[in-house]
Amino acid sequence: MTTATIDKAAPTRKVKYGSMSRDRAWALRWSYFFLVIFAIFFLTPPIYMFITSLKSSAEISAATNPWWVFHPTLENYIALLTSNQFLRFFWNSAIVSIFVVTITMLISVPAAFALSRMRFWGSATLATGVFLTYLIPETLLFIPLFKMFAVIGDWTGIQLINRWYVLLILYPTLTVPFCTWIMIGYFASIPKELDEAAVIDGASWIQTLTRIFIPVAFPGIIAATIFAFTVSWAQFLYPLVFTTSTDQLVMPVGIITSLIKGDVFNWGQIMTGALLGAAPPLIIYAFLMDYYIAGLTAGATKG
Amino acid sequence: MADVALRPNRAAAQTARKRSSLHNALRRKSTVAFLMTLPLLLLIATLVIYPAFYALHLATLNKSMQRFVGLSNFEFLFRRETFWLVVKQSCIFAITAVVFKAVLGFIIAHFVHNIPAKGQRKWRGMLLVPWVIPPAMSTLAWLWLFDPSYSAFNYTLSFFGIGPIPWTGDAMWARFSVILVNIWVGAPFFMIMYLAALKSVPEQLYEAAAIDGANWWQRIWYVTLPMMRNIIAITTLFSLIVTFANFDIVRILTAGGPLDHTHIFATWAFRIGIEGSDIPLGASVSLFMVPILAIAAIFILRDINKRGNES
Repeated sequence: MTTATIDKAAPTRKVKYGSMSRDRAWALRWSYFFLVIFAIFFLTPPIYMFITSLKSSAEISAATNPWWVFHPTLENYIALLTSNQFLRFFWNSAIVSIFVVTITMLISVPAAFALSRMRFWGSATLATGVFLTYLIPETLLFIPLFKMFAVIGDWTGIQLINRWYVLLILYPTLTVPFCTWIMIGYFASIPKELDEAAVIDGASWIQTLTRIFIPVAFPGIIAATIFAFTVSWAQFLYPLVFTTSTDQLVMPVGIITSLIKGDVFNWGQIMTGALLGAAPPLIIYAFLMDYYIAGLTAGATKG
Repeated sequence: MADVALRPNRAAAQTARKRSSLHNALRRKSTVAFLMTLPLLLLIATLVIYPAFYALHLATLNKSMQRFVGLSNFEFLFRRETFWLVVKQSCIFAITAVVFKAVLGFIIAHFVHNIPAKGQRKWRGMLLVPWVIPPAMSTLAWLWLFDPSYSAFNYTLSFFGIGPIPWTGDAMWARFSVILVNIWVGAPFFMIMYLAALKSVPEQLYEAAAIDGANWWQRIWYVTLPMMRNIIAITTLFSLIVTFANFDIVRILTAGGPLDHTHIFATWAFRIGIEGSDIPLGASVSLFMVPILAIAAIFILRDINKRGNES
């Protein structure tokens, strides 16, 4: 049976080769065609942000072609970058993100090292538990946390609600579990011989971590840092719930609450603000794309 | 040099108190390990686990949080029509968005994988942009694109004779818009995950399939999909959790309107608990996310454990 079919197929073989390469060429053309369509779909909002940010309010309210700028102007950028309020949002966001990244790395790197290398009672369960906490969304916790901080304020007199530094306590709950999880993955991929050699040479656990694990797993640390930064920069729910005064707001909430006044939308400034708010993650992504993607895929493929 | 000087000392000490020093070392190692994980444990215990149980407690109190009312918050919710609307909308939102994200991500990943390797980096970089922009910022751009009077989409569609679409004004269109934005944000994530998975499928399998005369559909169905099953499952479950618990997009785009027709659990809980200052009722609403999250989490855990055992 099989020989029969092969015999039959043999004469048509030559024709098939030609058609196959023609198929390939067509597949390639179609791939590019659809990729261009998807790229348009994916890039329209950011490009439209940029287009609108170059328009004056007069041009926006005149119903001209929205996809084109007839009289480009930088007035929106100038207005925002000279407004103390907007610079305050930017500053708050930057401070919060930098502190959160530092706190996250200080907590998650030693924990990941201990969980991946220093096996102790319950360490495997704990590693799974860390991953589970990553799956708990912030939308489940914001109400009890809000009440908790209100109660703490009543009991101790330490006012945490409506202070930007409350975010330094809240954001690590979003960043630490994932960073620990991907660092466990990176540390687990380091060959055991390396730290055994270090222990034989008389290195303490701390030295093994700082002299060997951190340098070797440096790409992982960069990926985790980028993740922690982008999460804390983009977080919207916690600052919306916990901060209200304009001098305590971070970027995303600040733009939405201060630039949208009632029904009046100053779209030129809103889009400029949104673009400036999106800029730090985009710049980091442009320069460190490979680390960014490594961190993204590590969560599911490693560990 | 130091080594030479130390070695006899240490050897002597070890032979003298072999048992107790070993014991000591073990204890020291576990102490160090415990101290290293302590901040993590404290963080999770006080800011994740405690609030989760505190939510359960809050849900049993009355609005002023002074009286225990048992399950009457839940009874109240069950009698409200809006609650069932929110349940329905959350499920529609999460399932539709995740399915489209997964399918689109799969298709795009294939197209990127198809083109020569040299150009892949550039395309991949461009197509991941929606995932990189903070969702709150990009949703503002969508809100502007959907603007009732200056919508750029309606301007473009008017050339094709399609009348102005009430993107966020009409219940059905608002639901469509919210899901569309969610797909826009999430599809690139699927694309990246699937692309990584596609790269790990051995080329020989495709060659073998081609020799056996498989067409493109059979190659996808019998080679690609089985090889990618794990990653598809875990990405979908993960995305299901994130989408089900979504807040930013709905809040900014429609804030739950028109007439609560786009509220999902998170935005409704915010509306009741924070804006309406009924913390117990808000906590009860957000607790309804737990069952579906738990189911997804159990499946993810099973998958991870299975892979852990394999390696």
